[in-house]
Amino acid sequence: MTDITLSMDGLLLNWVKQVGDSVKKGDIIAEFEADKATVEVESPADGTISELIGEVGAELRAGTVIGKLGAGGAAAPAKTEAAPKEEAKPAAEEKPAKAESEAKPAAATPAASVTEDGRVKASPLARNIAKDKGIDLSQVAGTGPNGRITKADVEGFEPSAAKPAAAAAPSAAPAATGGVGLDSASIPLVRLRAAPAASDEVELIEPSRMRKAVALGTTESNQQIPTFFVTSEIDLDPLLALRAQINAQIGEKGVKVSVNDMIVKAAALTLREFPNLNSHYYGDKIARYKHINIGIAVAPATGGGVIYVVAKDADKVALGTLAATNKEMIERARELKLKPEDTRGATFSTSNLGPYEVDQFTAVINPPESGVIAIGSGRKVAVIKADGTIGAGTRVKITLSVDHRVSDGAEGGQFMFRLKNLIENPMQLLL
Amino acid sequence: MAAKNIPMREALRNALREEMLRDERVFVMGQEVGVWQGTHRVTQGLLEEFGPKRIKDTPISEMAIAGLAVGAAMAGLRPVAEMMTINFAFLALDAIVNHAAKIHYMFDGQFRVPLVIRAASGWGNQATATHSHTPEPIFAHFPGMWVATPSNASDAYGMLKASIRSENPVLFSESIALYSRPAPVVTDDPDFVLPIGKGEIKREGKHVTLVAYARGVEWSLQAAAELAKEGIEAEVVDLRWLRPLDIDLVLESFKKTNHCVVVEESLPMYSFGSEIAAQIQDKGFDYMDAPVKRVSAMDVPLPFAKDIELMALPNAQKVIDAVKEIL
Amino acid sequence: MARLTKETLLDWYRQMVLIRQFETRCDELYQNKTITGVYMHLYSGHEATGVGALAALGPEDHVITAYRDHGHALIRGVHPNPIMAEMMGKKTGVSGGKGGSMHIASRQHNMWGGYAIVGGHLPLAAGIAFASQYNDRPEVTISFIGDGASNNGYFHEALNMSGVWKLPVVWIIENNFVAMGTRIEDSTAQTELHNRAIGYGIRDGGRIDGQDVFAVYDSVSEAVKYAREGNGPVLIESITYRYKGHGVSDKTYDKRFADELAEWRDNKDPIELLRRQLQKKFKNIDPELAKIDAACQAAVDEATEYAINSPDPTYEDLISNVYVEE
Repeated sequence: MTDITLSMDGLLLNWVKQVGDSVKKGDIIAEFEADKATVEVESPADGTISELIGEVGAELRAGTVIGKLGAGGAAAPAKTEAAPKEEAKPAAEEKPAKAESEAKPAAATPAASVTEDGRVKASPLARNIAKDKGIDLSQVAGTGPNGRITKADVEGFEPSAAKPAAAAAPSAAPAATGGVGLDSASIPLVRLRAAPAASDEVELIEPSRMRKAVALGTTESNQQIPTFFVTSEIDLDPLLALRAQINAQIGEKGVKVSVNDMIVKAAALTLREFPNLNSHYYGDKIARYKHINIGIAVAPATGGGVIYVVAKDADKVALGTLAATNKEMIERARELKLKPEDTRGATFSTSNLGPYEVDQFTAVINPPESGVIAIGSGRKVAVIKADGTIGAGTRVKITLSVDHRVSDGAEGGQFMFRLKNLIENPMQLLL
Repeated sequence: MAAKNIPMREALRNALREEMLRDERVFVMGQEVGVWQGTHRVTQGLLEEFGPKRIKDTPISEMAIAGLAVGAAMAGLRPVAEMMTINFAFLALDAIVNHAAKIHYMFDGQFRVPLVIRAASGWGNQATATHSHTPEPIFAHFPGMWVATPSNASDAYGMLKASIRSENPVLFSESIALYSRPAPVVTDDPDFVLPIGKGEIKREGKHVTLVAYARGVEWSLQAAAELAKEGIEAEVVDLRWLRPLDIDLVLESFKKTNHCVVVEESLPMYSFGSEIAAQIQDKGFDYMDAPVKRVSAMDVPLPFAKDIELMALPNAQKVIDAVKEIL
Repeated sequence: MARLTKETLLDWYRQMVLIRQFETRCDELYQNKTITGVYMHLYSGHEATGVGALAALGPEDHVITAYRDHGHALIRGVHPNPIMAEMMGKKTGVSGGKGGSMHIASRQHNMWGGYAIVGGHLPLAAGIAFASQYNDRPEVTISFIGDGASNNGYFHEALNMSGVWKLPVVWIIENNFVAMGTRIEDSTAQTELHNRAIGYGIRDGGRIDGQDVFAVYDSVSEAVKYAREGNGPVLIESITYRYKGHGVSDKTYDKRFADELAEWRDNKDPIELLRRQLQKKFKNIDPELAKIDAACQAAVDEATEYAINSPDPTYEDLISNVYVEE
C-alpha cells in the first residue's frame, strides 16, 4: 500500500479519479485549491486506488493522507467523498510539524519560533496542549530556549480575534496575523474591525485562500518591515532595440524575450553586487543567499490575488532559457495550475504594471525577502538628449522597496544606479 | 521506631551483621574483609563476632571470588562477596554477567543465584584513571541481576538487607564518598527492608525533575536548595536501584514538571542518563516541554591532577546550570 | 576391581555405549539440520573418563563440567529424552530449550550443568564444594576441565582458592591434546598438566589412562576419598582422545589428525577395550552385550522421537525465569 499524501494545505475541490481506478505514476488524482493556485495531486506510483479519504470542500492540511494505492487488483471498500472530514484530520494533526513546514512556501513567517524551513519549534507538550485547545502554533510566540514554544506559551496564548465577531463594535483583542514575535516580548497587535452585518447593501464574502494568504503576507510586510523606496527613471530605448534584435534572431519558433525578462535579468545581475538585498532578515540572524532567485508577480486570470513565480538562478541562466521558463511558469500561474516548485525559494522580487500605463508605483515587500522592484510602464516622453536638444525617448520608472533592517538608503541608491546602467547598456545582459 | 545518626559504613555493617544473625547461610567473603577489618571498614568487627568460617578473607582473585560466590549461592548459601572497589569487578565481569546473571535463565529456573556483590564505587582523591569508575550502568545493562545504588546511610541499610534476602543476584554499589556521611538509621527493627526496585522522592518540586541515584542525589539536593532561592522548585527523584528501574516514579514526576535533568556520577555515553532520557521520550513524549538534560562525568578518563579531575566531574553547580538551560 | 560386580561392569558398558550412540545420533541430526545452532561438542572417545570418574561418586556428590556435557549428564542418570529435546531447543528439554547443547543440567541429579565460557565453571565448582564444606556435608564435587581451560585465569584462581580453603573438589583435566584447534605443545609449556598441582600446593592425582575405565575409576575413587576426608582438592590429568572436531562446525579436524585419530580408534577405543575385558572376564558375554547395544539404540531412537515430537517453547518461556519472582 502506498499513501497518497497532500504536500500543502488546501481545499479539496474535486476527485479526478475514483476508487478502483488504475493509475500510473504522475496521473492526476485530485485537485486542491492551495494558497497560490489550484494544485493537482499526482499519483506517487503505479497502482490501483484502493481508498480515497476526504470530503469535497474540506480544508486539509499538508501531510494528510488523502488516499491509498494498492499494487493492483481488488480495491478496498470505498471511502470516497462520503467519508467524514474527521477521517482526514487526525493524520494532519498528528504531524503538525510537517504540516507547518509545507504550509507557507512563500509567505513563511520568519520568527524566533519558526525555523528557516518553516517548522515551528514547540515542545511536544506544547503541541499536545495546542492540539487540545485548537491553537495554531504558528500564531504563538515562543519564549523557551532558542525561541521554542513551551507549555507556558500555549497556556498563556489568547485566542485570536480573527474569529467571526457578532457585534459590530471594533474588537480590541490582540489578533494573530501569522507574525510571530521577534522576541519574547513583541507579540504583534492588530486591530481587526468586525465585519458589518450582511444586508441588501452589503454582501459578506468568504475570502479565498489566496486572499487570506495575500492579506497575511502583506500585513506582515507593512507592519514589520521598515521600508524605504528609491525611484529611478531609466532610458529604455537601448533595451528595446536589443530586444528587437534578439527576437528577430529567434524567429517564430522560439520563445520571445520580454522586456520584463530583461529587467529581471538586470535585477539579478545587480543583486550579485548588492548581496544585502539578496538577504532575509530573521531578527537574531540575517540569511544571505548565494543563489539569486527572482520572484515575478503574476495576476491570475480569474479570482484576483497575486502569485510570485520564481526565476531560479536568474543571474546565471541564459536570457533565452530564462524567458522560456518564465513564460511557462507565468502561464501556469495565470491558470492556477502551478507546480509547487514554481513558487518556492525567491530571494528578491519584481512586480510589473507595464501594460497599464502607470507612471510609477511601489510594491509591497514579500516577506521574508528584503527587496522588490516595481516596474512602471515604458512611456514615450520628451527627453533632453546628450547633445542638449529635446526629443522623444522611452523612459521607464522603476521603484525599489528595501527592508531598512538589512540595507540603507545609500545602498538603495547605488543599487538603482547600477540597475539603470545595466538596462541602459543592455549588452551586459548577454555576457 | 528508634533511629540513630550513623555513617553509611556503619549502617551497612549493621545490615550485614543483622542478616548474618538472622540467617546462618549468609557469609561474607572478599579481600581484606576479615583480619584487615575491611578496606572501607564496613566489615569491621565481623571476623571477631562470626569467626573465619563466615568471614572469609580471599586471595586477590576477583574471578574466583565472584565465581565461587555464584557456585555457593547455587548450592544454597547466601554469599555477600566484596569487591574492594568496583574497578576490580571488571576482572570478574564474566563471572558476574555470564554466570551470576544468566544461570537462572539458562537452565530455565533449575538454579537460583542469591548472591550479593558489594563494591565500593566512585571517584575522588585523585585515584586516577583505573580507580575512578562508577560503572553501575554496565551491570544494569544485563537482565538477570539487580543493581542497588543507595544514596544515604538509611537507604543503604534497608537496601542491603533487601539484597541479601533477595533470591536474585544483586550488584550492590557503595559510593565511597558517602561512606562517612551520617543519616538517621533505624536501630530497633531487624526487618527494616526496603522494597527492591522502588525509588523515592527525596524532595518535592513542580518545575523540574532531577533524576539521580547514589551521589547524584546529593548534588541534586544541593542544587534544588540553591534553585529554590530563585523560585525554581526542583523535585529530586532518587531511583535507589538501577535495576529494577522505577521508571513509573520518574514519569509520574515528569508529568508534573515537564522538565528533566538526569544527574549521574558515571560517564555520559550509553549511560543511565541515556536510558532515562530514552524512556521519557518514549513513554512521556506528550509531556515533554524541553529536552532531557544530562549531567554526567566528562567523557574522558580521570586524571591525577586535582583541579582537572574536579573539572571532569559533576557537581551541584552543573546541575543548576543544566536546569537553567531548559527552564 | 575385585569388588566390582558384573552388574556394575555391564552398567559401565551400557553408559559408554549409550553415550557413543547418543553422540553419533546428535551428529547425524545436526548434519540433517534437525538439530540447529552453531555449537555442539561431542563426547565420543572420552567415554571411559566420564564413566570411570563418575562411578566414584554417589548421588549426593556433585558434577559440573564445560560445554562437552552430554556424556556427563547421561552418566549422572539424566534421561536421554530431555537431553535430546534440549538439543533441539524444545520446551521439554532439560533447560526448557533455553540452554541448548552446551547447557545440560539437572538439579535433581546434582548435575550442575555444562558451561560455555572456558574455565568459567571452575570457581562455580569451588563454590559448590565450599557449600558442602560450610554445611559440614561429606560431599565431593568433580569438575571436568578441558586441557585448554588449564591456561586461563579461572583455572589459576579457582585451583589456588580451592587449595587455600581445602575444598572437597576433584579437578579432572580431560586432556585430548587439542584446545579447540591448537595442539597442547603449541599452547602450553608444561604439557604434563597434572604437574600444575605442585604449583598450587594441592594433591597431584597423576596422569592416568583415560581410555581405561578401570584406571580412571581407581584413581578418581582414591582422589574422591582424599577430598571427602577433608584433605582438600586433587588434580588429575586423564589422557583421552576426541573422535570428532572441537564442535560440529569443525571441518578440518578429521583430516589434520587422520593418522593419529585412526590409531586411537583402532587400538585405544574405550568401549572396545572394555568389551575385551568383559569378554575375557565373563564367558559367553556377547549376547548380553548385544542386548545392551540394542537397548541403547532403542533409547536413542526413543529420545529422538520424543524430542522431535515435543512442543517448541513459547513467548511465555522466552520471558520466564529471567528473575526469581521477588
